[in-house]
Amino acid sequence: MIETELDGNQEHTAAPEGALLVASDLHKRFGRSTALAGLSVEVRGGEVVAVLGPSGSGKSTLLLCLAGIIPPDQGAVLYRGRTLASLSDSNLTRLRRDEFGFVFQFGQLVPELTAVDNVSLPLRLAGLKRHDAAVRACEWLARLDVDDVMDQRAGEMSGGQAQRIAVARALVTGPRVVFADEPTGSLDSLNGELVMNLMVGAARDQGTTVVLVTHEARVAAYADRELVVRDGMLAEPSVS
Amino acid sequence: MSLAHTLLGLLEDHPRHGYELKHLYDERFGGSQEVKFGQVYTTLARMRRDGLVDISAVESGAGPERKLYLVTPSGVADLERWLGEPEPPETYGRKILFSKVVLALMSGRPAHEILDTQRAAHLIRMRELTERKRRGDLADALACDFELFHLEADIKWIELAGARVERIAAELDEETS
Repeated sequence: MIETELDGNQEHTAAPEGALLVASDLHKRFGRSTALAGLSVEVRGGEVVAVLGPSGSGKSTLLLCLAGIIPPDQGAVLYRGRTLASLSDSNLTRLRRDEFGFVFQFGQLVPELTAVDNVSLPLRLAGLKRHDAAVRACEWLARLDVDDVMDQRAGEMSGGQAQRIAVARALVTGPRVVFADEPTGSLDSLNGELVMNLMVGAARDQGTTVVLVTHEARVAAYADRELVVRDGMLAEPSVS
Repeated sequence: MSLAHTLLGLLEDHPRHGYELKHLYDERFGGSQEVKFGQVYTTLARMRRDGLVDISAVESGAGPERKLYLVTPSGVADLERWLGEPEPPETYGRKILFSKVVLALMSGRPAHEILDTQRAAHLIRMRELTERKRRGDLADALACDFELFHLEADIKWIELAGARVERIAAELDEETS
């Protein structure tokens, strides 16, 4: 885990016990379209949570707000008791780099860089020396069973290999939270299963929290629980 | 398929004869297999014994007497309980899930609640299968995959049904406003 300003003696807002991320009454509009309409949710440390919902329901917007990538129009996101809106831009950037990992459907790797350089990137940005970063990157590539392509450029890899490297890059900094948006969306069933097994398995080993947006029930079944978003609100199932 | 509950649902808006019930059932829920008259009358007799339906009138004519059945408050309560319960996430529950959603739509009940409850029940089962697959051998993986893909197909139908329900509700709102 990389030390961040949230590890220092900062004044924190009281958060419910065990809650790592708390979103309260989130509203977000894009033009005339409402993405979030007063959504509240809590995610505990170490939980794997799947966010389900039809296209346009607001599930990706929820993920972006929880990760501090976009601010809500109203409402607040608390991470470890601290309101994200209270952080300066540079501190928010540092928080995303050091405490959060991201896995998206595609387009997240630098195609000209090799696998090991792609995975080293967040460590280099955090100040690690090239050699140390490469050693740690290689460990993660081996763990995700893609060390055989470590010197290959990302742009020359198959979708399954690229996605496993993206997972390695998301986890290499030892983030507290991994945000994944349709991480298997571009993969066939077998590669999708491999990526999910590796991502969720590694996250559980590390005690990492995962917030996973997906439209696939088989992917959601890797999570401890699901949140169903409809019209920018949470649907409340009566079975738990 | 719960014939009794489906008949209760069909009786809810107004009383019907057994003959009419049989034809309505076949039209809405029968698919390729029609329900037999005997099954309908036996089921109605059992539900009457249990206080779920009653006879509101007996019509005499040239032929045999025709009884007009109505659903009792106990019958409505029993129907509501059934509609609110998720079906076991397995192959044989699928037709019942379909019937519940259609009955909920016909009676103006919130079909979303049925769909959400069922999705949650399906996902609980899918989590168990995913975990079993992770720990098991190839034979386990194949068996779990078979069930997982069928359950996922159900959930896709649930999502689509939810979207259609929303569209129908929006259209009804527009018509009434």
